[in-house]
Amino acid sequence: MREYATTLPNVVVADRNLFTCSQDTQEKIKEYIREYDLNRVVVASCTPRTHEPLFRETLRQGGLNKYTFEMANIRDQCSWVHMHEPEKATEKAKDLVRSAVAKARLIQPLADISVPVNHNGLVIGGGVAGMVSALDLAEQGVKTYLVESAGKLGGQALKLYATYQGDRVQPYVEDLIDTVNRHPLIHVYLNTTIQDASGFVGNFTSTLVDKQGKETQLDHGAIIIATGGKPYEPEEYLYGKDPNVLLSLELDQEFIRGSDRLNHTKCAVFIQCVGSRIPERPYCSKACCTHSIQSALTLKKLNPEMNIYILYRDIRTFGEKERLYTEARARGILFIRYDPEDPPKVEKENARLTVTVTDHVLQRPLQISPNMIILATAVVPHDTRSLSKLYKVSTTPEGFFLEAHMKLRPVDFATDGMFLAGLCHFPKPIEESIAQAKAAAARAATILAKESIDMEPIVSVVDEDNCNGCGICERVCPYGAMHLIEINGLITARSTPASCKGCGLCAASCPSKAVDMCHFSQHQIRAQICALA
Amino acid sequence: MSNPFEPKIVAFLCNWCSYAGADLAGVSRSQYPPNIRVVRVMCTGRIDPVLILEAFASGIDGVFIGG
Ligand SMILES: Cc1cc2nc3c(=O)[nH]c(=O)nc-3n(C[C@H](O)[C@H](O)[C@H](O)COP(=O)(O)OP(=O)(O)OC[C@H]3O[C@@H](n4cnc5c(N)ncnc54)[C@H](O)[C@@H]3O)c2cc1C
Ligand code: SF4
Ligand code: SF4
Ligand code: SF4
Repeated sequence: MREYATTLPNVVVADRNLFTCSQDTQEKIKEYIREYDLNRVVVASCTPRTHEPLFRETLRQGGLNKYTFEMANIRDQCSWVHMHEPEKATEKAKDLVRSAVAKARLIQPLADISVPVNHNGLVIGGGVAGMVSALDLAEQGVKTYLVESAGKLGGQALKLYATYQGDRVQPYVEDLIDTVNRHPLIHVYLNTTIQDASGFVGNFTSTLVDKQGKETQLDHGAIIIATGGKPYEPEEYLYGKDPNVLLSLELDQEFIRGSDRLNHTKCAVFIQCVGSRIPERPYCSKACCTHSIQSALTLKKLNPEMNIYILYRDIRTFGEKERLYTEARARGILFIRYDPEDPPKVEKENARLTVTVTDHVLQRPLQISPNMIILATAVVPHDTRSLSKLYKVSTTPEGFFLEAHMKLRPVDFATDGMFLAGLCHFPKPIEESIAQAKAAAARAATILAKESIDMEPIVSVVDEDNCNGCGICERVCPYGAMHLIEINGLITARSTPASCKGCGLCAASCPSKAVDMCHFSQHQIRAQICALA
Repeated sequence: MSNPFEPKIVAFLCNWCSYAGADLAGVSRSQYPPNIRVVRVMCTGRIDPVLILEAFASGIDGVFIGG
C-alpha cells in the first residue's frame, strides 16, 4: 500500500504506522510537513467521522490549513468488512487511497465560519429536573426561559412523599419553586408549550404558545429538555375500579395528607413491575422497588400490626438502597416472588379484595385479603414526538429521549446545543434527576458563555456571474439559507453561510451550475469518481 | 466461466446516516462483497444527477445512493 501510494500523482512521501492516531504519529506527520514542505495530507486508516478532527488539528499545528486534509476509510469500510478476501480488499484499499488523493489535489484551504452566540437559555419542562437546570443556569448569570405545559411548576415531585433517605420531598419542591419564581433571571411560562422551532447551536428561535393561543418568540443559544414522565395507568388489577387499589404515587399523597385510613388498614399488598419489564416496555422503572419498600416501612411505622406483602419479580434496591430491603425483612414485611408467566390475580367479592399468588418456594397458590393494594407501575414518558420533530432529536422505541452516547456524552443530544435531564431520558430517582439536571446546565453553559462559535465552512457559494436569478436554489433550500437579492438591477442568489448546513441541494439543483459546495465541490467529487473507475 | 462479471459499484453515502451505517458494519465485522467503493457526501441532496451520469460514462457499472 505504501509503495502504491508513492506512485500516485503529486504524492511526495508516503509512510506507514501501526497506530496512525497515536501521539508519536502526529509528531511524525508534523515533521513530514516541515521536511517535505507538504501542502496536502491524506491519511488512510479509520473513519473521518471519528478521527478527522484529530488529524485536522495535527495539520494546524504543523502549519497547514486544517481543511487541506483528506481521509481514506480503509479499515471500517474495507479491511473489517472483507476479512476473508485479503487480495480483493487490498485492491479496494488502493482504489480508496487513489480516490482520496484525487480529491486532496483539489481541496482548498478554508476558514472556519464564526457565528455569534445568543447567551439566553431555554429549559422545557418545569419539574424538579427543569427547575434545577434553570436555577443553575441563572446562577451563572444566564437569562433563562422555563416553559411548563401545566399550570404549576413541580411535576411528579409534587406527589412524592420522601427520598430514599427519608427526607420529605414537599418542603424541598415548594422551596425550589419559590426560588425559581423569584429569580430575576428566570422567566417562567406556565400553561405553555413549544409550537415551532428553528436555528442551530448558539442561535435557536422557539415559538411558544399558551392556552389562550398567545404566541411568544424567544431567541436562545442552547436548550435543555426536561419534560419528565408519569406513572403508567394499568387496566389490570382492578385499578380505577376499586378505590382501594392505588398507584405508588397515590399512596404517597395519602402520606402527604396524613390520611386517617392508613391507621385502620390491617393488610396491604404491593405488586411490583406492573407494566415494566414486559415485551411492550422491556425496561426497569428503577425507582419502584425502593419506593414500595420505603412505603411499606412507612406503613409499618404508622401501624406496626399491619400485615404487609410485597409481590415481586426481582428486588432492585441497588446501591445504598439495599439497606431498606434488609430493614423491611427485619420488620416482618413478607416478600413473595411471582413468575411473570403466572402473575398475581386480584378479585373482588362482596366488597372484599382477594389477591392470589403462586409462591415460588411452596409452589402453591396463596390467598391474601388486603384492605389496600398498591401497584408499582412503570414510569412512561410524556408525549415526546412533537418536540423530537421540532428540534430533530431522537427518542427510544418507548418514547424516551435518547442521549448522544450513553457513556461519553450522557446529557447531550446528538444535535449540537441541545441537552436533556430527568425522567424524559429514562426512569430514575429524584437524586439522579437532580445530578443530571446540574450536568445539563453545566454543558449548556459551555456554549452560552462563548461570544462566538466556529462552524465548519462546508457551505454553498454562488458564482454570481453565472447565476440567472431563477430562484430554484432558494426554493429547494430546507434551511432558508439561500436568498435572491438585487445588485445593480440584476437578480442573483446569495447564501448565508451561518445558516447553511452544507446539504448541497442547491448545488445539485442549480440549472446554471452557478452554486458549488466548499470541500465537496463538483470538481472534487468528479475527481473521486474518475479515480475509482 | 473463469471470470464471472463483477460490477464495479460506486456508493454515495450521506455522512450522517448511511456512511455512519457503513462504519457500523465495519465495527460489527459484517462481511459484504468488496466491489463497492464509497464516496462520502454531507447529504444525498448533494448528488447532482450529472455526477451519476458521469460515473457511468467513466466506466462504473452501478451507482448506489444511501441517505
Ligand atoms: C410513578 C413514579 C414514581 C416515582 N417514584 C420515585 C421515588 O420513589 N423516589 C424517587 O427518588 N423518585 C421517584 N420518581 C422519580 C422522580 O419523581 C423524578 O426523578 C423527579 O421528580 C424529576 O422529574 P422530572 O423533573 O424529570 O420530570 P417531571 O416531574 O415529570 O416534570 C416534567 C415537567 O415537564 C412538563 N412537561 C411535559 N411535557 C412538556 C412539554 N411538551 N412542554 C412543556 N412542559 C412539559 C410536565 O408538565 C412536568 O411538569 C418517580 C416518578 C414516577 C413517575
Ligand atoms: S424497580 Fe423493581 S418494580 Fe420497578 S421495574 Fe424495576 S424490578 Fe420492577
Ligand atoms: S438556482 Fe442557480 S441560477 Fe437559479 S438563482 Fe440559484 S444560483 Fe442562480
Ligand atoms: S447547501 Fe443546503 S443548506 Fe446550504 S444553501 Fe444550499 S440548500 Fe441551503
